[in-house]
Amino acid sequence: MKITYAQAIRSAFQYLLKTYPNVFVMGQGLWSPWYVGNSMNDLEVEFGKDRVMDTPVSEAACTGAGIGASLCGYRPIVVHPRMDFMILAMDQIVNQAAKWSHMLGGETHPAVTIRGVINRGGEQGAQHSQALHAWFAHIPGLRVVMPATVLDARDLLISAVLSDDPVIYIDDRWLYELEDDLPEIEEKDLSLQLPKILRNGQDATLAASGYSVQLCLEAAQALSEEGIQCEVVDLRVLNPLNVTSIIDSVSKTGSLCVVDGGWESCGMAGEVIASVAVQMSQSSKNIQYKRITLPNAPAPSSKVLEDIYYPTRETIVQVIKEWNI
Amino acid sequence: MVAPSELGTWADSSKHTGPLNLGEYSRDALLLKLESMLVIRKVEECIASLIEDNKVKCPCHLGTGQEAIAVGVSTNLTSDDKVFGGHRSHSHFLALGGSIRSLLAEVLGRSTGCSKGMGGSMHLFQPEKGFIGSAPIVGGTVPIAIGAGLACQKDGKGNIAVCYFGDGAVEEGMVQESFNFASNFKLPILFVCENNFYSSHLDIHLRQPSDKISRFADAHKISARVVDGNNVVMTAMATKELLESVRCGKGPGFLEAVTYRWLGHVGPDENVDVGLRRKKEDLLAWKKRDPIRRLKDGMLEASLITSEDYHSLEMKVVTQINVALDASLKDPYPEKSFLLSAVYKNNKGVSR
Ligand SMILES: Cc1ncc(C[n+]2csc(CCOP(=O)(O)OP(=O)(O)O)c2C)c(N)n1
Ligand SMILES: [Mg+2]
Repeated sequence: MKITYAQAIRSAFQYLLKTYPNVFVMGQGLWSPWYVGNSMNDLEVEFGKDRVMDTPVSEAACTGAGIGASLCGYRPIVVHPRMDFMILAMDQIVNQAAKWSHMLGGETHPAVTIRGVINRGGEQGAQHSQALHAWFAHIPGLRVVMPATVLDARDLLISAVLSDDPVIYIDDRWLYELEDDLPEIEEKDLSLQLPKILRNGQDATLAASGYSVQLCLEAAQALSEEGIQCEVVDLRVLNPLNVTSIIDSVSKTGSLCVVDGGWESCGMAGEVIASVAVQMSQSSKNIQYKRITLPNAPAPSSKVLEDIYYPTRETIVQVIKEWNI
Repeated sequence: MVAPSELGTWADSSKHTGPLNLGEYSRDALLLKLESMLVIRKVEECIASLIEDNKVKCPCHLGTGQEAIAVGVSTNLTSDDKVFGGHRSHSHFLALGGSIRSLLAEVLGRSTGCSKGMGGSMHLFQPEKGFIGSAPIVGGTVPIAIGAGLACQKDGKGNIAVCYFGDGAVEEGMVQESFNFASNFKLPILFVCENNFYSSHLDIHLRQPSDKISRFADAHKISARVVDGNNVVMTAMATKELLESVRCGKGPGFLEAVTYRWLGHVGPDENVDVGLRRKKEDLLAWKKRDPIRRLKDGMLEASLITSEDYHSLEMKVVTQINVALDASLKDPYPEKSFLLSAVYKNNKGVSR
């Protein structure tokens, strides 16, 4: 039976809450039908309001509380229904969660999972649209995952919670309706999760994470109808980043286009390209590189500007066609 | 179970529903308040129907039922004061005399909007009226407002900053930091908390151990007044008293205005049955405490106006809004180049 990305997230929460008594969830809007789409519907009814807590408007305290409880034997999942609000918890995430293991001698590990939702479009404007995954990927000590598929929406959340490190799990509202058939749940070690090739091709390599992966898949389909075969790599885990499979792919295709829903400057696209380029600098191949990101501007409100703000399947198709492949 | 209110009868929706006691205000001053509240009510009704007609797409947080607060506060302000809002700020903007046309154009995403279509309902701007800006990160404008207060203090001209926020905002650390900072440096700022008992779907009793927000003012030694936020006369008088000391350098003031929003958190629905105490009956009870009707009844009772006067005032307001709406519906959308050209003051040194 097919389930959606949002239902897959919910089934991960359900599995974790059912299987592990030390798991609990807290965040804003968890008892509301509006905040996180239908990705957490009625969990508080099923597991009780003490294990699925709706919190005051206090992102920093809520995140810190998750870190603290994780240091005392629990596996909390802190939910920020919008990545923009999660910024208020940045100190707890960057100065605290990411640092405790290292700065206290490697004997203590905040096993907290922090879920941030990318929720944009709909003329929501500059403070309700941001995709800040690259910020977190910049920080040693944080593991950062970004599910692009229905399977990963479920399994990476489970892996995140089972990981002994602080994990940032980032999902995107634009993926919630995506459907797939899923196998039985199998617990997977997060540290073994790597980028995945979702489509094979020999002409160009497309790499992306989260929603941008779906754009790449659509673009690859459109391009294949015109005779250009793209390989699509889903990054999945942004930190620590492993680009081995991208290098293998680029060795074959000779070109790499990274698509990212964040900004260009110091962003994920630049990081992937730099990592690949540095490791391939000895190769005899002359590789072409491109990145497709947001324009260097905050999200506008007016629909006419919003329409040109976000990269689309067409943007990718155009860029690839400009290459001589 | 709902904990007992620490706000006394202000939280009791069955009380304070009668005609207003008109206090010290003249007929003209009262008429201005009445008109200003009507403008806010009718503009928001207009926006609600634009949303229903799918003409407005940006998220709009309507403040229907809460009009008296901004109107009561604003009658004590000048355009040299520095006012800040949040996500629910149509009333704050309009009560200062913000342009109806530029508000409608903004929610419609037009280049003639008060933020040129870049912000929508949650990002309003009209500095010539003293409205320095609103932004929807909860509590986010409170630290900025104390900075404006600091600037006013340095200017030494007797101007003040004003910051509107909700009962939810005090749950953010930066808001508490701002109270302490402002009090410590005796900044000329008026904090206005619109306590409507809700932060989106969550009743205050599920978020805080007390429903009285001004307890934080007490803790920070800020002088505070708690008022019926649906009573424009009481709100205006309490603001006036607080500002007497704020304007002469005695430090911040805190107005807690108790109110209720008639509509849901965002958009034009009522959100009945969301939260602990948001049933049809609660809503109906609060609608009996309508700030506009109570002022109207007070003025009728005192023979300051007739029903015909009220009716023609209403017509005047509606006509004014319709004219503004017709114009803004014909207004252009922003130029595409504006996406990149407004990021910095000018684009010198920007290469991509
Ligand atoms: C930092 C941050 N966290 C969460 C939100 C989501 N949010 C928007 S408005 C709101 C409710 C705020 O309630 P209150 O301050 O009482 O204002 P009201 O809506 O009642 O006017 C919330 C939680 C946000 N915009 N910013
Ligand atoms: Mg509120």
